[in-house]
Formats: sequence, structure tokens, C-alpha cells
Amino acid sequence: MKTADTDIRRFVEGVWKVESPRVIAGLVRLTHDVSLAEDLAQDALLTALETWPRQGVPDNPGAWLMTTAKRRAVDRWRHEKLAAEKHQSLAHEQDETLMPDIERVLETDVGDDLLRLMLIACHPVLPPESRIALTLKLLGGLSTGEIARAFLVPEPTIAQRIVRAKRKLAEADVAFEFPDENALPERIDSVLDVLYLIFNEGYTATRGEDWLRPALCDEAIRLARMLAELVPDESEPQALCALMQLQASRNRARVNEHGEPVLLDRQNRALWDQLLIRRGLNALERARRAAIEPGPYLLQAEIAACHARAQRAEDTDWRRIVMLYTLLAQMTRSPVVELNRAVAVSMAHGPEAALPLVVALNERAELASYHLLPSVHGDLLFRLGRHEEAAEQFTRAAGMTENAHERAFLERRAAACRKRESS
Amino acid sequence: MRFMIIVKATPESEAGLMPGQEVFDAMAAYHEELARAGVLLDGSGLHPSSKGWRITWKDGRKTITDGPFSETRELVAGYTLIQTRTREEAFEWARRFPNPGINDGEIEVRQLYELEDFKGFTDVERFRAIEML
Repeated sequence: MKTADTDIRRFVEGVWKVESPRVIAGLVRLTHDVSLAEDLAQDALLTALETWPRQGVPDNPGAWLMTTAKRRAVDRWRHEKLAAEKHQSLAHEQDETLMPDIERVLETDVGDDLLRLMLIACHPVLPPESRIALTLKLLGGLSTGEIARAFLVPEPTIAQRIVRAKRKLAEADVAFEFPDENALPERIDSVLDVLYLIFNEGYTATRGEDWLRPALCDEAIRLARMLAELVPDESEPQALCALMQLQASRNRARVNEHGEPVLLDRQNRALWDQLLIRRGLNALERARRAAIEPGPYLLQAEIAACHARAQRAEDTDWRRIVMLYTLLAQMTRSPVVELNRAVAVSMAHGPEAALPLVVALNERAELASYHLLPSVHGDLLFRLGRHEEAAEQFTRAAGMTENAHERAFLERRAAACRKRESS
Repeated sequence: MRFMIIVKATPESEAGLMPGQEVFDAMAAYHEELARAGVLLDGSGLHPSSKGWRITWKDGRKTITDGPFSETRELVAGYTLIQTRTREEAFEWARRFPNPGINDGEIEVRQLYELEDFKGFTDVERFRAIEML
């Protein structure tokens, strides 16, 4: 099959998007070296761009890329071995042990390779921002420039992060073998946290920003689906899929035509994406079945599902949400979760029940500069008719946020309270 | 971006014949692969047009017509909805679609519109605390 150059380019790009993580994952297994694996895969891609227009496109382009990269690996290894032999005679059995391994790479299940690559990219020896960059680079197939654009940082910063991460992996001599069964859940948790960070980075993107930022949400969901398929018996990956899809289902409704945020109880629920809700609820069901006991993502997905199931805001099952937040707070010990719980209590049992909880949270040092605490506090006081105190809290909150949108909103609320007080 | 892979009807699909085991297996394997790659959103086969109906407007007047409809090649027999990062990726996934027919088959790929409002906003933290995630 001979095709025009532009068609070839489109074809190769498509094949690369689909195949590159698998090719890199296979090569990582073979070489135990992330940088080398990436170089070899890149070489194979360039070879494809050179040869396919001349010789035609292979029937199985994925296998072609893998074979080509594998050959490069063997060439390089032979070359290095020869060079080494010039200096000293190298132990011969290395040859025997490596070669069968190279053959095996093509035959074994690529699923294991992909999972291993995910675990390595999110390895605990790496700082979180490196895990994110490496995951997007190796598994998302994003370029350094694309990652930089998505995270609003200069490209050299990301490039450096990736170089350092690879060096760190080599220096720390991380095990490229599968973690044993006891260590696996913890390593998977690390991947989940990275994916959720990526999702949230996209979720906070503002209107009119580079499309790559919101695209991070889709990418995080895609990788989470991939992970969930790789470890179908684990509950938390399914739960994260559920959580992210349920949150993403509200994307169209959470901002109005002026670009201002719309709170959940005011959202036009007809705009919620029913396909994502259905997929989210299905994933939640699978996560429940796989759970021995609910993990933090399962609880958060359950909470998101309470909202997704409510056809109108007033149908929301706030008592169930309170129960779920209570469990989540016990599990995470996070004061932010406690604050969420207090809001849920106010919806289920009224502001008077929630006020003592919020007052108690004022003692927590972790929340000292968290503007949402006085914001929620003010809201409860407002609902209790204590407008003057509410105004104070809203003013305090306004002084604590960096976000202009938010500050204006809080100042408006403070002003409205004062007006009521004086009338 | 989302793409719909539309499977066109064939005389067999219009006759309500289920595809043979071979086609069925190939379809299952293909969709499993989509799922493993995290790109599959939805998909379904459709009953033949003999079980469907049409509503047409002519000069503002509405008419209802029961199936079957004769222009087989223009009819839809099924669809697969995928979400990909690029057009090229969608092109590659579509290229791998198994022949849905016994001998002759046809698929058509169309991109879905995405709402501009998709872009999100800055106040996510507030959104979170006040609204539970």
C-alpha cells in the first residue's frame, strides 16, 4: 500500500498515539532503563517515518515498531558488549540470559508491562510533580512542551523534572520487577493519587485557557480506565474512575454564559452529561463489588454519586452524604474533609447543628489560612439570621483568597449581610 | 474529542440476522481493546429498520412512517463511541475496526461537537467545599 506523505504522517501519528506506551513499556521491561527505552522507541518512530512512505505501511504497525525497537536494543547491546570486550573479556552467560528475554518481550502480555510502567512512573522515590510529568510523558504520550503548557510552567522546568526523575530512578536502583502482593496496593494508590492530581489540574482550568489544560481531565480519566482494566479486582482504581467521571459529568453546567462558576444547587442538571454519569455509576458498582472495605476514593465516589442521582438539588440525600463524610473524615483525618462534613450536616440537619463543628475547626492550625473556613462559617451564620457576624466572616474570607472572582463574590455577600443588618 | 464510528446497515443486518461467530468474536476483541486503552465510551447494535419509524417534516407538516426503509446503505446498524486525544488516534482506532459485514461492510466516522462551555473555571476550591466535590 503506497500512500501520500500527509496520509502517512497522519497514519504514523495515530499508530504512535495508540502504541507508544506499550512499546515503551515493553522496552522498559527489556532494558530496565526508562531513558534508553524512550530513546529506542523514538528511534523506531523515526525509522517508521522514513521507511513507511517508501516501502508501504506494515499490516501490524504496532508489532513493527516493537520489533524495530527491539532490534535497536540488541544492536546497541551488542555494540556495548563489543566495546567492553576490547577492554576485558566479558562473562559470556550474559548473552544467553538476555537474548531469550528479548524474545519474550514480544510474546508476554503487554498489560503487565503497562502496569509496571505506571508503577515506575509514579514510584514513591519521586516527588509528586515528577510523577505527574513522567506519567504524562511515558503513558500519555504528551511532549515536554505540551506538559509545560498544560501546567503553565516553562518548558525547561518540565524537561529538567523529567531528566531528574529518570536519573533518580536509575540512582535509587528501583526494582523494575513487579512489587509483591503486599506492596502492590500501596504502589497502585500512588498511581491513583497522581491521576487525581492530573484531573484536578484540568478541573481548575479557567475558560479561554489553552485547551490542553481541560484536556488533562480526559487524560486522567483515560489512564484511570486503563489502570482499572489492568487490575480489575482492585476497588480503588474503579472508584477513581467513578469519581472523576461523575465530576466531569457536570463540566457543562458548572459555569454560566458569563464564565462565572455556578454552585451545585443552582446548576442546570439537564446539562449534566448522562453518559458520563452512567459510566460513573457503573464504575462505582464495580468498585463496590471489589471492595473488601471502602477506600477513600470509593467514599468520595459515593458522595459524588449522591449528587448525580438527585434529579433536583432538593432531592439530594444529605443524610447519606453526612454518613459518608463521617467515614471519610475518620479515614483521612483531614480538616478539609471535616469542613465538607459540616456543610453536609448543615444541609441534612440545619445550620444550627453544623455551627459548633465549624467553630471547632477554627482551632485547627492547618486551616488557619484556608478562606473556605470563614466562608462556610459566614454562610451558616447568615442562615441563622446572625447577619453582622456573618458579614465579619465573609470579609475575613475575602481577605484570605487570591482569586479575584472569589473575592468579589465574598465581598458581595458581606455587603448584602450588612445591608440586611441595617434595614 | 469524541468520535462516533457508525456501522452501516447491510442486507443481513436489515434482515435481523445476527453476525456470525467470527464477526462477533472480532467485535468483542476490538471493543475489549478499546476498553483496555481507556478510549471506549459507549456502543450498541441497532435492531433493523423494520422495527423503527421515521418522522418527517414537509412544509412544516409532520408525517410518521413505519419501517422498513429501502435505502439499506444509508441506514445505521450500530455505533461505537470513542474518546481520543487526537484525530489521528481516532483514525487509527477506526482503521482497526473489524469488517462488520459478512463480505461487504461499511463504517463511517464522525466527530461529535463539544460545548465551548466545557472549559471550566478557577473557583474549584470554593466549589469543592461548599458543594462536596
